[in-house]
Amino acid sequence: MAVDAAAIKTNGHEPSYLEFKGKHSGILGWILSTDHKRIGILYLISLAIFFLVGVTFGFLMRLELISPGRTIMDPQTYNSIFTLHGVIMIFLFVVPGIPAVFGNFVLPILIGAKDVAFPRINLMSWYMYVIGGLLAIIAILLPGGPADTGWTFYVPYSVRTNTNVIVALIAAFVLGFSSILTGLNFVTTVHRLRAPGMTWFKMPLSVWSLYSTAWVQVLATPIIGITLLLVAVERWFGVGIFDPALGGDPVLYQHLFWIYSHPAVYIMILPAMGVVSEIIPVFARRTIFGYKFIAFSSIAIALFGSLVWAHHMFTVGMSDTGQFIFSLLTMLVAIPSAIKVFNWVATLYKGSIDLATPLLFVLAFIFLFTIGGLTGVMQGILSIDMQVHDTSFIVAHFHYVMFGGTGFGFFAAMHYWFPKMFGRMYNRKLAKTYFWFLFIGFNVLYFPMFIMGWLGMPRRYYDYLPEFHSYHFISTIGSWILVAGMLMMVYNIVHSIWKGKVVTEKNVWGGETLEWQIDTPPIHENFVNIPEIEADPYQYKMNEEELEKQEVR
Amino acid sequence: MGMWLFLFTELLLFGGMFLLYSVYRFQYADEFHLAAKELNTIMGAFNTAVLLTSSLTMVLAIIALQRDQKTLSILMQLITIFLALFFLVNKYFEWTAKFHHGIYPGSEQLLSKSSGEILFFGLYYVMTGLHGVHVIVGMFLIAVMTRMTRKDIITKDSYVRLENAGLYWHLVDIIWIFLFPLFYLIT
Ligand code: HEM
Ligand SMILES: [Cu+2]
Repeated sequence: MAVDAAAIKTNGHEPSYLEFKGKHSGILGWILSTDHKRIGILYLISLAIFFLVGVTFGFLMRLELISPGRTIMDPQTYNSIFTLHGVIMIFLFVVPGIPAVFGNFVLPILIGAKDVAFPRINLMSWYMYVIGGLLAIIAILLPGGPADTGWTFYVPYSVRTNTNVIVALIAAFVLGFSSILTGLNFVTTVHRLRAPGMTWFKMPLSVWSLYSTAWVQVLATPIIGITLLLVAVERWFGVGIFDPALGGDPVLYQHLFWIYSHPAVYIMILPAMGVVSEIIPVFARRTIFGYKFIAFSSIAIALFGSLVWAHHMFTVGMSDTGQFIFSLLTMLVAIPSAIKVFNWVATLYKGSIDLATPLLFVLAFIFLFTIGGLTGVMQGILSIDMQVHDTSFIVAHFHYVMFGGTGFGFFAAMHYWFPKMFGRMYNRKLAKTYFWFLFIGFNVLYFPMFIMGWLGMPRRYYDYLPEFHSYHFISTIGSWILVAGMLMMVYNIVHSIWKGKVVTEKNVWGGETLEWQIDTPPIHENFVNIPEIEADPYQYKMNEEELEKQEVR
Repeated sequence: MGMWLFLFTELLLFGGMFLLYSVYRFQYADEFHLAAKELNTIMGAFNTAVLLTSSLTMVLAIIALQRDQKTLSILMQLITIFLALFFLVNKYFEWTAKFHHGIYPGSEQLLSKSSGEILFFGLYYVMTGLHGVHVIVGMFLIAVMTRMTRKDIITKDSYVRLENAGLYWHLVDIIWIFLFPLFYLIT
């Protein structure tokens, strides 16, 4: 952010936020802290734990599917495991993911603020997140057994099944509340706390994307809240709102559900796109191409994205006009997404590229997200959707978008901001090794699902016909490669937090945004003096030569 | 700004319910008519008045505080809470009266009616129930404010929190003003 680095005083004497002594010390100093950076770390830890649980479930599912018939578990267990896998991955990992961890950590720094607008509410949303997560876990242990409805809780099954759906519903509701509070906080923070001189078009791109995400969170989440509550009420009292026997309509549930859950897809992907827009200029050493296009396309995605929910319901029997409109709108969303991809590629083109780990993850993001996106457009086409609806094609598609997109975006962010967050560096050689494990494992795991889906392998099935065996087998091998990569990554990150090489330089990667102008790790309130912003973000031409001299990377 | 956004999300929460209501009203126009006749309009109107008055006393409480009349402000807040309680008690009688007539979710009496009527009462219980929960939350919130006023945490110069509680209370009031015609008046 082309501010005079010397002008931002962080004097080097104040303790970093990691060492800062507030009212409380020890663990209380963390779980009662309202420092946005500490809350970000709290999220990171809790999120990582849930993610690993989710991965374990995914791994077990894949193991079960390695051959037809029963392999390691019975069908009921399988149903519960895949519901939990979905609930954990969606509500506890990809939806809160980047905003909760990295948004919390860097958003205030990026706009030159000392904290978010409501620090206490920020801490409260973390508590709600943890409570929601624990409730989801408790649902496993209570008599009746874990929910077996899939993460979509479709009625009427979710009203009829005897498993612990209510607890899972309440968990999702609490998590939704946490999400709303985070969104609220970010919107207000961006409006109120930007440093003097930081106009809207001087904000870094990740701030734009977090900002649009926050709006979607605020606007869409209440709908899912009420919908989930209604299912709970329906279970308790049998009110009949979604029950056809009492005159209700289960399709209305699907509408309400997807009115949230489709926009939620953008809650998941937009922040990752922000991270990508942040990382690319740094490692291509070029100003981002088409800043305004990228900024506006975030808003456009948020807007259009909210109008296309019914493409999840082409097969429930809508009117032809309805189908046509939703199909068309769905295609429209592809435009702003494509704009982003083109701008990223254009920035990379002719840049002097430094293939460091964060950039590797970003390139994987672009590759995987493009595949996911294109197959998404295919599903937007009515005739194709009729063919692939509820097959493993869909499963492949959304893993490419959500895991390949948001997941890899998350990993990119983690490797990018890691030195700033912890003042240490991870083992970079190991990082590149496991990157390839993750990337290859990912494709081996999910690509066969496209093929089998196309051939008719239904999703959410415990068993399958022998002709699909070879695909499932390859896919399961892929999950082993992937999990091997994960284990290496977890080792590297955890080990480096304690034992990694100490980093004290402010600007490890040669970035231009504000977080690279302050101490590593940052001091308690980020800035001693709030900076004044004059120039546009991302003016890379300026420091190219300087970096060559430094050779810090 | 944060508070306004929050209220907005609350409105959206009820928005989902209103959406359901309108879809079903459209689908079962006649039966909704029939069912709405069973509700006690007088009691509903009375409760509307109670809630509107409480909104007024809440405003008065804020004004009183701005004028540095602490005791008056506390009194007004207490009256607001009392009115809210009154509203709930009323609602309780209304609900139990319906229960006596055998109209509650899942009852034989209700199940024998047409699906439109079942839905009407289903929505009636869910929506007024949810609103009731909001009233309880509001009462709790105002009670906390009263305590804070008494302890001089909320004063003439820092009454933002009281104002926010007031905003919340107005929202609860406004939602009821929508619920009332939808369920009681359109017959
Ligand atoms: C090691 C990593 C993973 C493996 C092995 C894995 C595997 C699977 C499998 C086998 C299914 C069941 C599909 C079906 O029965 O139709 C599934 C479902 C699902 N996965 Fe994953 N997954 C992994 C990671 C992820 C991640 C990172 C996410 C989120 C970003 C995710 C989100 C989901 C969701 C939402 C479902 C539910 C599908 C449905 O509702 O039909 N998974 N996964
Ligand atoms: Cu969608």
